[in-house]
Amino acid sequence: MHGVQGFMYPNELELQWSILIVLYPYLTGLVAGAFILASLERVFNVAAVKPTYRLALLTALAFLIVAPLPLQMHLGHPERSWEMYVTPHTTSAMAMFGFVYLWYLMVVLVLEIWLDYRKEIVLTWRSSTGLKKLLYGAMALWSDNISPEALALDHKLGGILTVIGIPSAFMLHGYVGFIFGSIKANPWWSTPLMPIVFLFSAIVSGIAAVMLIYMATCKMRGKKIDMLCVDTIAKYLYYAFIVDFTLEMLDLIHRLYVADESLMALDFMVKTKLFVSQIVIQIILGTLVPLALLASVQLLRWSAETRKVIYATCGMLIMVGIFAMRWNVVIGGQLFSKSFLGYTTYKLDFATKEGLLPALLFLIMPLAILWVLLKLLPPWEDDHSHAGEIRHGSTTGV
Amino acid sequence: MSAEASTDRREFLKDSGKWILLTGAATLAWDFVVEGAPEQAPNYRASDHWWGMIIDIEKCIGCGNCVRACKAENGVPMTDDAFRTWVERYVVMPDEPEKPIVESPNGGYDGFADLKQYGDGAKVFFVPKICNHCAHSPCVQVCPVGATFESPDGVVLVDQTRCLGCRYCVQACPYGCRYIDPRTETVDKCTLCYHRITKGLTTACCETCPTAARQLVDLKDPKDPIHEFMRTHKVNVLKPQMATGAKAYYNGLDGAVR
Repeated sequence: MHGVQGFMYPNELELQWSILIVLYPYLTGLVAGAFILASLERVFNVAAVKPTYRLALLTALAFLIVAPLPLQMHLGHPERSWEMYVTPHTTSAMAMFGFVYLWYLMVVLVLEIWLDYRKEIVLTWRSSTGLKKLLYGAMALWSDNISPEALALDHKLGGILTVIGIPSAFMLHGYVGFIFGSIKANPWWSTPLMPIVFLFSAIVSGIAAVMLIYMATCKMRGKKIDMLCVDTIAKYLYYAFIVDFTLEMLDLIHRLYVADESLMALDFMVKTKLFVSQIVIQIILGTLVPLALLASVQLLRWSAETRKVIYATCGMLIMVGIFAMRWNVVIGGQLFSKSFLGYTTYKLDFATKEGLLPALLFLIMPLAILWVLLKLLPPWEDDHSHAGEIRHGSTTGV
Repeated sequence: MSAEASTDRREFLKDSGKWILLTGAATLAWDFVVEGAPEQAPNYRASDHWWGMIIDIEKCIGCGNCVRACKAENGVPMTDDAFRTWVERYVVMPDEPEKPIVESPNGGYDGFADLKQYGDGAKVFFVPKICNHCAHSPCVQVCPVGATFESPDGVVLVDQTRCLGCRYCVQACPYGCRYIDPRTETVDKCTLCYHRITKGLTTACCETCPTAARQLVDLKDPKDPIHEFMRTHKVNVLKPQMATGAKAYYNGLDGAVR
């Protein structure tokens, strides 16, 4: 009835963490990765990726807003989740979630976006009427000081925030890895490599997501794709992906070589229950194929059109591959018994509280939020002469 | 005057009834039990106790009395995936000691079917399982709001009015002792019959075990037989490598048991 092979402890028959928990590391990973890409331009002065700077920040915000929702929906008592803020249990990794999340959302992301957009917000506030005026006035916090000194200060603060933001982004996602990596009862999760593997896979998925969104928005707006920009992004994607793949293989080889008690259960699982999602989707389609394609761009002289197709293909394969990686960690980690003597099956429902339908909605929701954000705060430098001037002027000024 | 006399008489009868029907310790605690705070009873000081359990595998006959008693006493859901205690049957073939055949149909609630197919060569024994009430509980460590906690007398309990139902503790328990109660959407587990042991009674599973394979023990009580038992038996805990400070002590624990 429960799809069990061998022996499971009776309380283990049903999986406790569903597809909604798979979404949690997936969405936060996209946030962290997108932010790291944005910081490439801001902190490391990689000028070529500038067209994606603001887009990356808005993408990070859109995904971050949705990230806690699947967790909230999964709780048996969502109305009590505020207790994690008011009476957190200090030894619990999970209790820190709210603080890490709020820090990242309010201190890093929202503040950085606000400082970066402040001049345009004020200008729109001044030039508009009615509801729009009210909205932008509120967004400007009714402060219309956009003197050169004020803007220079904004830029300086934004730079400091990005510097704080990088370790914060690492913390946000490394922390998610720690939630799993610190569970000693579960050998599939329990490894100090988990936060680092999560982090690099996050960087890979975030960069791929912003690259795809940039290319898609260019196409939708009928604008030319800046090839120098996407080539540079693809190069960093390739580097990050090599580190990510190396770490994951290190973990796998370590497990195979050490071959401790848990290996029998895990080995069997990878060969059967996780074969498609781990070997086929995550490793072959989601990693080896895009890695080979990205390597080919570095080695061969493809035309711009071919490169676009390659990047779009890689981006989509990576998005699916990293989702499969999260799936294999979260769901895979619950398919075997902690007795190592048996396996159960995960049954994914469709239109239930923890089914496929809400999961799909949570995947679409960030894109809808991003669409609204793009309307409110257009990141396109080709449309807004203000933006280019401000950013260029203040970059030279600081 | 007559009203006072009748009150006195009623009190006298009530008190006498309590003394006759209940043990001395339970009588003293009765008012606190009625108020739902047995641990505050004057004759029960949590700091005087450190509870655990001895489970003697050689005595367990796999009858399932403990499972049935536990479900009845504690209102555990009558499904096959929710147990505060359960019994496993191990069949270990001599040539494959690392690959035991284990089963626990409906947690052993209905007992076990006859075993004939393995012949005489197999080693067969029953292993009752229960929350280990660990002194360093991983479940307590991970609970984000402290809804799961260790009582001063060494029992791991859950405050159902605080539990978020996040299930992190279920993942963290190495022994599979926790489940989600679908009625409350919160986690549930063995309380070591806290409502009974704080009244001087033993747990429902120990009470109903026909062979005394399970015994509630108080490690702080110098007169408790546990001390003699630990000296004279080869005792082990489940998964000692987890270093959880488990307090369910097994006598005759085979190396195949997980």
